[in-house]
Amino acid sequence: MNLKLWISFGAAALATSAAAQDSNDLVLDGNAFLTEIAAPSHMENVDTIYSGWRFRTSETQALQSDDFDNPGMIFVDQAIDLWAKVDGSEGKSCASCHENVEDFAGLRPTLPRVEEGELVTMENIINECRTERMGAEPWKWSKGNMTAMTALIGLQSRGMPVNVAIDGDAAPFWEKGKELYYTRVGQLDMACSSCHEDNYGTMIRADHLSQGQINGFPTYRLKNAKLNSSHGRFKGCMTNIRATPFKEGGEEFKALELYLASRGEGLVVETPSVRN
Amino acid sequence: MKRVLRAAAVAALAATSGFADGVEPKEVVFVDGAVEVSLTGVTGDSVSGRKIFANRKQGNCLACHANTDWSEQSFHGEVGPTMDGVADRWSEAELRAIVANSKMVFEGTIMPAFYIDAGYTRALEKFEGKSILSAQQVEDVVAYLTTLKEE
Repeated sequence: MNLKLWISFGAAALATSAAAQDSNDLVLDGNAFLTEIAAPSHMENVDTIYSGWRFRTSETQALQSDDFDNPGMIFVDQAIDLWAKVDGSEGKSCASCHENVEDFAGLRPTLPRVEEGELVTMENIINECRTERMGAEPWKWSKGNMTAMTALIGLQSRGMPVNVAIDGDAAPFWEKGKELYYTRVGQLDMACSSCHEDNYGTMIRADHLSQGQINGFPTYRLKNAKLNSSHGRFKGCMTNIRATPFKEGGEEFKALELYLASRGEGLVVETPSVRN
Repeated sequence: MKRVLRAAAVAALAATSGFADGVEPKEVVFVDGAVEVSLTGVTGDSVSGRKIFANRKQGNCLACHANTDWSEQSFHGEVGPTMDGVADRWSEAELRAIVANSKMVFEGTIMPAFYIDAGYTRALEKFEGKSILSAQQVEDVVAYLTTLKEE
């Protein structure tokens, strides 16, 4: 009975709402950063992928467009100090084995990846160094020292396109991540896809829904004034929809991280990005 | 006129059925995208419903639906259709169905069901077995929505 009205109304609403991603260019140190590219072929419902940067206000965008204004760089500086700091029973620092952090250029775009049958993230690699080679305590997933270090190492690959393996050994992890992405959870009964695939570009209250890309992580959020891990963000999303979050660093979030990374295939590393 | 009749009918229903907390979520009857019978038998309070509409811990409807009647608040959502004139497009029974469990009306919708208390996946413990709104809160929101007319 009301269907016709509903449809005509919906069409009018679509025509008048102009809230999609903007058309601004991200330029850093004179280098243009690609923030939009054709979606990888495995994505069935999206034609073009956009960096989360394109969904932010011009004020927030400006903070990421100059490293002197980017608050995430304060934590990168802290990580440079941590890099040289001896910790653990072996009397070593990161610098004892890795002379130049620049040597890690190219690592961030390939993570997470499968090593000896296990899906491994940058946090896993850092903690393996700490426990196996430094004799130090592992860092907690989303604590300041860990997010600072993942930002410093990620920064070495800034501007390089995301390029994770999703076939071979990685396929079962990727499939698991994809299933999680489309599974509705919580009292509000929503999946990642409900907001970030079906409704990106629209406002949910004061928040402009992005595609949920993770090429800028860890990301400095104005909301909590610190660097945030992708798993920390997943946890926040799940809590918002009143779902019991999976564990940071657990198999579910690692699989989801791989799947999300693959949805950003071709976008460039923006670490550390600035978001709301 | 019609409204008076409906109010009288609801009052009569409330007098005869005697349920205190309203219809249980699983007992709500959907017919052709509508729930004809009030969930409580108590006429909804549109003033209360207006507050529930914007309250982030209750309906939080404004997060997804723009509504000129709430113009004193900024940042209205755009995920769902605007509520302006919603009562011209849907009957009270249809609005009740959409608020109680929109999935019974729009297949696959992102809109949460506000009056179910089972069937959740991984709900936070404090929300497990609970509906987002109470039966009376649903009636209050429905009463409020029926006031949003443009014609």
